[in-house]
Amino acid sequence: MSSSSIRVGLPVNEELDGGQAGALAAVALALRRDLTLAFRRPAQLLQPLAFFALVTMLFPLAISPQLAQLRLVAPGALWAGALLASLLALDFLFRDDAQDGTLEQYLLSGQSLTALLFAKTAAHWLLTGLPLALMTPLAAVSLGAPASALAAIVAAVLLGTLTLSLLGSIGAGLTLNIRRSSALLSLLTLPLSLPVLIFGARATQQAIAGAAVLAPLELLAALAVLGVTLAPLAAAAAVRISLE
Amino acid sequence: MDFTWFHRLGSPPHVYGLAQRLTPWLGWSAALLIAAGLYGGLWLAPPDYQQGDGFRIIYVHAPSAWMSLMVYVTMALAAAVGLVWRIKVAHAAAAACAPIGASFTLAALATGALWGEPMWGTYWQWDPRLTSELVLFFLYLGYMGLRAAIEDPQRADRASALLAVVGSINVPIIHYSVTWWNSLHQAPSVMRLARPAMPAAMLVPLLLMLLGFTLLFGALLLVRLRAEILTRERGGAWLREVLVP
Amino acid sequence: MREFLDMGGYAAFVWPAYALTLAVVIANVLAARRALRRAQLLGRRRLSARGEGA
Repeated sequence: MSSSSIRVGLPVNEELDGGQAGALAAVALALRRDLTLAFRRPAQLLQPLAFFALVTMLFPLAISPQLAQLRLVAPGALWAGALLASLLALDFLFRDDAQDGTLEQYLLSGQSLTALLFAKTAAHWLLTGLPLALMTPLAAVSLGAPASALAAIVAAVLLGTLTLSLLGSIGAGLTLNIRRSSALLSLLTLPLSLPVLIFGARATQQAIAGAAVLAPLELLAALAVLGVTLAPLAAAAAVRISLE
Repeated sequence: MDFTWFHRLGSPPHVYGLAQRLTPWLGWSAALLIAAGLYGGLWLAPPDYQQGDGFRIIYVHAPSAWMSLMVYVTMALAAAVGLVWRIKVAHAAAAACAPIGASFTLAALATGALWGEPMWGTYWQWDPRLTSELVLFFLYLGYMGLRAAIEDPQRADRASALLAVVGSINVPIIHYSVTWWNSLHQAPSVMRLARPAMPAAMLVPLLLMLLGFTLLFGALLLVRLRAEILTRERGGAWLREVLVP
Repeated sequence: MREFLDMGGYAAFVWPAYALTLAVVIANVLAARRALRRAQLLGRRRLSARGEGA
């Protein structure tokens, strides 16, 4: 994700060239590259997580220290926090690669841009959404959620953040060349993310109440499937438009 | 079947001339229909047995809401055409739609709030229709924001076109999710436009207003379309003919 | 007439709604015309600049 991509030992051009690599290998390569580069900048990975923790902390301080009351707002607080943290993290999805020309290489490589961008988005989710989901039990318990609810909540956040990363990749692709595009990116991504918020908060609410979580979880899964199939296509179109 | 007329719609000078000629017709027809609708709605239509004279807000709220949706669909279609077939005029049309749609969405939200307070005791309600309308407003803002943020005009056209198309795919999903969310919380639907057996005296002015506003959109679109076409033209003798006299 | 203006007691809601919608319509008409005028002005400037250059 930084201009040190050359030194990673993954020569982008040669290995991605058309016939030789094959789409799956290219995807694996792109995924490995992004993960490797990301771990060189641990601070960048921790920021969204710290942000999420802080946002969740805001609610008890702003509302009430009483767990009984917090339990009511827990779904909203968790998902608002997860959504905002994901938006924050979107900044580094394409930015560095756009700046150092790697995205252009991907575009020219002859490999499917859709597949490569899916790889980048998947890597991004593994680095942001997954840790966020793993952190959620802590946040949820701090907001009064019972331990029995945690499994469902983590499942919901896993699915939700995946969809959020995918949706965000579209906006990120559209705003590649725009300076200081964070606010605009949020404005573009948030309306698209509302269904995730609605179903995710509902799943969380049901889990806390001990009621049936299957319906909202299934809806979240459906959104994720829709996202996986359609979002990379749109993101690829967006990147093409921004780079042409 | 001769499709020349269709192909000519891709030609900026042709569309410009057509727009110039059509605008007065659309504009004055709209004015007439809206005047008739206002007269019918404010004077002729009897007061509603439940809402009294307050129901008359429908004659401005329904057309505004209709505009907000119709304009978005038009914008998305024009954007799709521009994206797929790379037709400049289509992009110009999409750009022209946005400010019109956004302003009427705002009008729909505001008139909806003014209707909601006396009728249902609250200015705002998170019901499917109003919530989706609010989201639509943000979709318009995002579209206009993206256009404004990209310097290269062609890239701005194409990027915002993609956004419009992606957004339009999402509108049904968003509407469904909000409806689903509402059904859980048993929130009542605020506005019921399909009122059972609305008497003709009430219905006819409504239809006149809806049609009048649609024609108004046509006129506004054509004026803005001309402006957008001009900003996209680099050369061409037709410009001299059109601009100089 | 007074009855009409009173709108059965709902005047405070009905008239602002109408006024607001009317304002939006008028604003749209004015803004569209202004956009066209500006585009025509810029177009003329571009033409004359090119004319002088040629």
